[in-house]
Formats: sequence, structure tokens, C-alpha cells
Amino acid sequence: MYGGRGHRVFSTVLVLACVVLPACSGKTSGTGARSGASAIVPGALPNIRLVADVSRGEWRIPAGDDGNLRYSALDTINTSNAKDLHVVTTFSTGIPNGHEGQPLVFNNTMYVVTPYPNNLIAVDLTNPNGPLKFIYEPHTDPRSVGIACCDVVNRGAAYADGKIIYNLLDAHTVAVDAETGKEVWRARVGDINVGETVTGAPIVVKDKVLVGNSGGELGVRGYVAALDVKSGRELWRAFNTGPDADVKIGPGFHAFYQKDQGKDLGVTSWPSEQWKLGGSTVWGWISYDPETNLIYYGTGNPGVWNPDLRPGDNKWSCSIIARDADSGEAKWAYQVTAHDAWDYDEIMENMLVDMDYGGRMRKLLIHPGRTGFVYVLDRETGELLSAETFEPTNWAMSYDLKTGKPAEDPTKRTRYGVVTQGICPSSTGAKDVIPSAFSPRTGLVYIPAHNTCMDYEGTEANYIAGTPYLGASVKMYVGPGGYQGELVAWDPVRARKMWSVKEDKFPVYSGVLATAGDVVFYGTMDGWFKAIDARTGTELWKFHTSSGIVGNPITYTGPDGKQYVAIYSGIGGWMGAVAFPSISIDDPEAALGVVGAMKDIKKYTAPGSTVYVFGL
Amino acid sequence: MSSASSRRAILFATIAAAAALAAIAVANRRPAPAALAAAGPIAAPLTPITAAVPPPPPLHDPRDLWVCADPNNMPFSNAKGQGFENRIAKLVADDLGRHLRYFWEPQRRGFVRTTLKAGNCDVVIGVPSAYGPVEATRPYYQSTYVFVSRRGLGLRSFDDPRLSALLIGIQIVGEDYENPPPAQALASRHLSDNVRGFTVYGDYSRAAPQRTVIDAVAAGRIDTAIVWGPLAGYFASRSRVPLDITPVTPSVDRSGLPFAFEISMGVRPGAIAFRAQLDDLIERREPEIQSILRHYGVPLVEGAGQAAS
Repeated sequence: MYGGRGHRVFSTVLVLACVVLPACSGKTSGTGARSGASAIVPGALPNIRLVADVSRGEWRIPAGDDGNLRYSALDTINTSNAKDLHVVTTFSTGIPNGHEGQPLVFNNTMYVVTPYPNNLIAVDLTNPNGPLKFIYEPHTDPRSVGIACCDVVNRGAAYADGKIIYNLLDAHTVAVDAETGKEVWRARVGDINVGETVTGAPIVVKDKVLVGNSGGELGVRGYVAALDVKSGRELWRAFNTGPDADVKIGPGFHAFYQKDQGKDLGVTSWPSEQWKLGGSTVWGWISYDPETNLIYYGTGNPGVWNPDLRPGDNKWSCSIIARDADSGEAKWAYQVTAHDAWDYDEIMENMLVDMDYGGRMRKLLIHPGRTGFVYVLDRETGELLSAETFEPTNWAMSYDLKTGKPAEDPTKRTRYGVVTQGICPSSTGAKDVIPSAFSPRTGLVYIPAHNTCMDYEGTEANYIAGTPYLGASVKMYVGPGGYQGELVAWDPVRARKMWSVKEDKFPVYSGVLATAGDVVFYGTMDGWFKAIDARTGTELWKFHTSSGIVGNPITYTGPDGKQYVAIYSGIGGWMGAVAFPSISIDDPEAALGVVGAMKDIKKYTAPGSTVYVFGL
Repeated sequence: MSSASSRRAILFATIAAAAALAAIAVANRRPAPAALAAAGPIAAPLTPITAAVPPPPPLHDPRDLWVCADPNNMPFSNAKGQGFENRIAKLVADDLGRHLRYFWEPQRRGFVRTTLKAGNCDVVIGVPSAYGPVEATRPYYQSTYVFVSRRGLGLRSFDDPRLSALLIGIQIVGEDYENPPPAQALASRHLSDNVRGFTVYGDYSRAAPQRTVIDAVAAGRIDTAIVWGPLAGYFASRSRVPLDITPVTPSVDRSGLPFAFEISMGVRPGAIAFRAQLDDLIERREPEIQSILRHYGVPLVEGAGQAAS
């Protein structure tokens, strides 16, 4: 895989050399890059302290590190030599659907989870020209395909305890022996018969696998469940709607704002019993702070009615929630938007880092939101420290930091029978589940962003299961400024955009990777994989891959001791599905109205299924 | 969540449904497009799926009539051919002198895209006449949302003052921003607190997933349900507890919200000649079609032409 004949001999020597070179063996304890103490990153700004060690030689967990920074300490590839990057190898996963997520690299093996049918492909990096290490085929229930809302994506696996652990579209979690490819356990975490699927990536904290569900469109009830890493047995489940007992809100819960305080808000903020179909699912990323022992995640839109039928705040939809990693008990919650009228799921990444904020070090949670605002919270208390827009936004103009509430424009709320034009951002948000990166060397967050607005009108006849009903006409289009996508470099302390790279044609719908070489990697929906300077945004290098990129880049040290960068190339996901031949750009129903914003994509790309590896 | 025991309780139903679906998988099997066979070495052992694959060519055997239908959605259709859409499909196939073949797929979001428009069938038997993504035939019936209540309640209007003291079941659909019209009518009268929601999909592991809301009326868990006429008519007539069904009156609410919908057959956009053939068939065979609908208790309303557009 890494070059041609003769390299295998060198590889063996280098593998031995790696034993004494921490930088290339990635030796860390437990389930991944996790130390519990502040990690040392060369060149990190003095006012920045990491909560967990970052990825070094390996990439063991979905975001690379528990703090969800997607930052690697590898620096061989840097701003001077990135121009020399070239393809080292490619291989096909065989599944031409949206390749969200990212591979894992552990013990000189690359692990790739495909979109449905969710096969696990293991590639032995020391024997690249030989057979695959294994393919594990879980035989995911095919009925799950018709239930998933937005393509049949999977957002990746986590390594722990000798196992590769990931979720299947049919709402099961599987653990596969990382060496043999044999299934160790399989746990049913949801029921596709009632509309639950699972597309998110699990994380592993100590002895627990944490998973959340998808399917908020179908009236399911969102939750996070903890499974025993040894057996898959469910240890606890915390719902995001319903009585406090179900939500695991007890004496230890202290919401910072009055709007989020009170008994059984997961019941009382809904018309009676509608919380039972209340959505608020967890299909994005979960972060973990080993020092406070809290997990952090965001919840999706309230189900399943349009807003007129669910007066109330609809808690805990569109919220950021902190829970004890052992017990699941909620520590605090902050609802980002009450009574969602736009489909602004807030399942985005929560990046955990300590920074000098207002003259003292504070434990921050940085959440670039679907709403168009970047939220910076104190992750110990849930206090909102700042909320400023990173893309054109008009549903609300600002947030009141004293109340935690947005200053909404009531004319931008969607209502049945009312035509609402020019809502920004559209339902796709100013970004979606695709994750940002953070560099402790620059103090910047690199946000993959969209600039899409929409018109809403609820009138069209539709049907499902034989039943006619009235649908909505949602038309999405390019927002002010005429560009579709943008990679935003955001200073979370100053709460402002420092610079950005505009991508005119399509949203930036790939994840981002930042490295100690001061290189930031991301991809575009028309297939370019790019390296830019982390300090200036200057383009250093780009390569056109075979399909649009909606996956997340990773970097690792190969068996030869060299640094490599890997990315999936396979268009798909909600917005990217418009590239599929089965989605007609003339079909206004298709892909929930995003066709209007994406109608040119078929001219630029087509489905793919390729893993690319680049090196110097 | 459901407890483990309640999940066990539906195990047998699940097994039965799974067996039916396994049979469906076999029945739906068709030659894979040649492009898939040429995928790379890793692709070879994997199972291709259809979502991102070019639509297969239309079925050219003129002796077959392919119908896309839900295998578990009484009273509309099921894999045993017991629904009224199954009966109408048989009538159509016989009239055209073609052999009836089914492409089974649960009617979820994207149904038309993954079935009819993907070239997997020639016709979908029941779609709203104003439904954009298909070429719709002339309407062959018009039905309405109805109140389903235990005998004697006699509800028919959203402005009935008794509603504010009742528990009202409605079905919800699984798409953002979208609702069956009763949901909107109740919301506009500030009756959201009286609403009990049932997903239109129900629990797909059970036979007849949509009947749950009618069962809830019969069992007294809710006082009334406001649901689409065909499923109300069918399940109410089979209820052990006598149930009344009364059309929502008036058929257009004060905000312009319609409750009556015309239903057509749907063919692929551009299939004008085939649509004309079906239009002719619908006219010629109207008595038999009406007879099937009446047999299934479909509430039929007159005055076609007032449906939602």
C-alpha cells in the first residue's frame, strides 16, 4: 500500500523502531488517546489547556480525541511540504452511498465502516498488497433502508478493549474482535419497526459504550444508552423527553438558566403526552471530559408534528446536555432553541478545551450550531458565554446571555398556511453533523459551513402508508453573498470569524482535521480534498478525488513511520444525496427540499466508495 | 421504552412479519444491473443496494403488470393480497390481460422514488390525485377524513364544543413540517392538549400496523379518532365494539384546510399512453371498482373536484 516493491522489508524495521518512538506508536492507555491529565502539545498557545490527549500516531475513536478536537500532534506534513502530498493508495468499499464518518487506524490496521449494509473492512497496513485482514458483514436488516431519513450513512466506529465497536442502521450496536473480525456481541438498542435507526458513532468511556438513536422524523423518542463494553448489556438509558426520572434528572441537575429549570420539563413543555413521540434524538457526536467525568451531546429536533401542534418549549429537543459518564445522571442542560420551527437539530459536535476567557482559564464547550450561531458555554455550569453568527442568519439576531434566550424574529417562524420567505439558515442549518476541528496552536475552530436559506409553504398533497395528508413546500437556495459553502476559522474567545475560505459551488459538507504541522484538511462536495494553512487559510494543495467528499479526514503514522492522511470519497448524506441518479432534480419532494440548493451537483460528481490515503 | 417483556410479547408477530418480508425479498429479486458486477475486488462479496444505483430498465415483458405496494398495510394492501388495492390491482391486470406481479416496499418516505420512479413497477394503485411526483390517472374515488367514535357520540365537526373534554386520537406522519389535516385543525382550535398521537406507520412488526388508533377507540383509551376514511371504514366495521364513522364536516375547514381527497392511480411521469389506458379502464370498470371499495367499507364522498391541490 505504501509505495511499491521492497518497502515491506523497510516496514518491518520501522515497526521495530516504533517501539521506542512514542510519536509513531501512539502508545496511550485505555480506549484511545486519553490521559486524564492535560496533554502537552508542542507549540500550543499558553492560554490553552487540553482536557484529554489528542490523537498522535493512531486514530482510535471517532473524533480522534475525547474532547472532539479532531487535532493530531503529527507534524511531518507541514505548511512547507504539503504541496508534495500525493496519493499513496486507494481502495473501494464497494458501497456507493454517502461515506460520512472516518476510518480508524490502530495497531497498523485501518478499519472502515461502510454505509448500509455497514460492513467492517480491516486493511493490514503492513501487508498492503496482500489480502484484506478481514471483512465483517453484519447482515443489517434491509428494512432499515426505507426507514432512514437521509441516505444510509454511518458515522464510524470506536476502538476499545480489543474490539471495534459501531452501530448498525437497524438500531443494533456490534462489537467485533479487532484481530479476527469475529463478532463478540451484538446489542439491540432500538426498534426499526417503530422507526428507530442508528447512524451516529459510539464512544467508549471506561467500561461503557455510549450510543444514541436516530429517527426523530418518525416519532421516536431520543435517548443515550450505555452498554457494557464486555457484553453489550444495557446498563442505563437516559431519554431526552419525558419525566425527570426518564431523563435522569435528579438532585445533581443544575441548569444555569431559569428557562431550563423546573420539574418534569420534558413533560410539561409539551401538550399532554406528546413527549412520547417527541424526537430529540442523538445522531451526532458525543464528547467526554475525563476530568469532570461528564459526557456532552446535543439533541435533535422535536418530533414529529409541525410547531403549531406542540405549543411549549418541547424540552429537551435542540439542547446541549451534560451527563455523568458512569451513571447517566444529567448535570445540566441548555436548550439552544425552544419550540423549534426550522428543523434546527443541535446534534453537532461539542468541542472541549480550557482557554483564557475574560481574564481567567475557563472550561469551555464550543458548539458551532445548525442555527448559524457558534455557542461557547462554560461546560461545568452550562452558562452561555457567547453566541455569535458564523453564516447569514435571520431567525434570531442575537442571544441574551443573561437569560440564555435568542432574540427571535417572529416573522421567520414557520406556520401552517403562512408563506414564510427568506429564512436563513435553511433546515440544513449553517452547518450539519459534519464536524469541525480545533487547533491548540492557533486557538481557532475550523467550521465546515453552509450558506443556504429557504422559503416555506405548507400546502402540497402528499401521502404515506396509503394516507393522504398535507405536505410542505420547502425550497432551499443559496444565501446572501452567492457562495454555498465556507470553511470558517473562528476565534472562540473573541467570538468572531478571523478568516474563511469560500467554496462557491456547494456547501462544505466534509469534516475537518487540524494538525501540528499547521495544516487544515477538508473536502468539498465536488470531490476536492484540500490542505490549507491553519493560520492564514492559504491553499497549500488540493487533489480531485473520484466523488464528492462528505467524510472526515484523519491522519496517522504508517508502519514505515511516515505520516499519512486518509479521507473517504463518496457523495451522499442529506444534501449530497441529490447526486444520486435516483434523486431527480425535477422532484421537489426529493431530499426534503434541498434539491433547490444542490441541483448542479450531478454536473460535478457521482456516487463513489473510495478510501484515499495521501502521503509525502 | 418498551420493556423487555412487552417486546417478547410481540416476538411471534415479529417472526411472522420477518418471514413475510423474507418471502418479499425473494419475490422482489431481479437481475442486478451489469455495472454492479464490475465493482472492485472489495466490492465483489458485498451486497449492493439500490439507493445510489441507476434505476434498472423498465420491465419490458408486456405480459406482466408490475404493481408497487406495501406488503403490510391493511386495508390498502398486504402480501397476501387481502387489501382493496390488491383487489383493484387484480382487476386492472385482468382487464389489461396482463399477469399481476408485485414489487413490495413499505410505504415510507421516498416510496415513489425508490419504487415507481426507479423503474421497479408500472403503477401505484392509490395516490392523491394532486400528488406531484407521479402522473396521476383520473380519480377513481374520493374519500374523507372521518371521526371514529363509540356508538352514539355523533361527532362530525371540529367546532363541536364537546371536543375540549375528549381525548382525540390522530395519526402523524413522518416528515418535517408535514401533518395530516386533523392535526392542523385541532391545533388552530387550541386542542393540542387533547390530542393523542399514533404514528401512521404503527409497529410494523404487527399485522395491520395502522389499526392501533381504531383499537384505542374501541378500548376506550381515547374518545374519538380522526383518521383517513378507508382505514376507519375497514377497521371500524370489524370492531367488536360498535363504532360510528362520520365524515368531517364541512369538508373544507374555515382556513381552507381540506379533509376530502381524490385518489388516483399513479404511473411514471411521462407515461401518458399508459395513463390514458388506465383512465379508460377506470371509466369502463367503475361499477366493479366501486363495488370493491364498498365491500371494504371505504367512506365515499361525492363532488369530486374539491380535493386538495
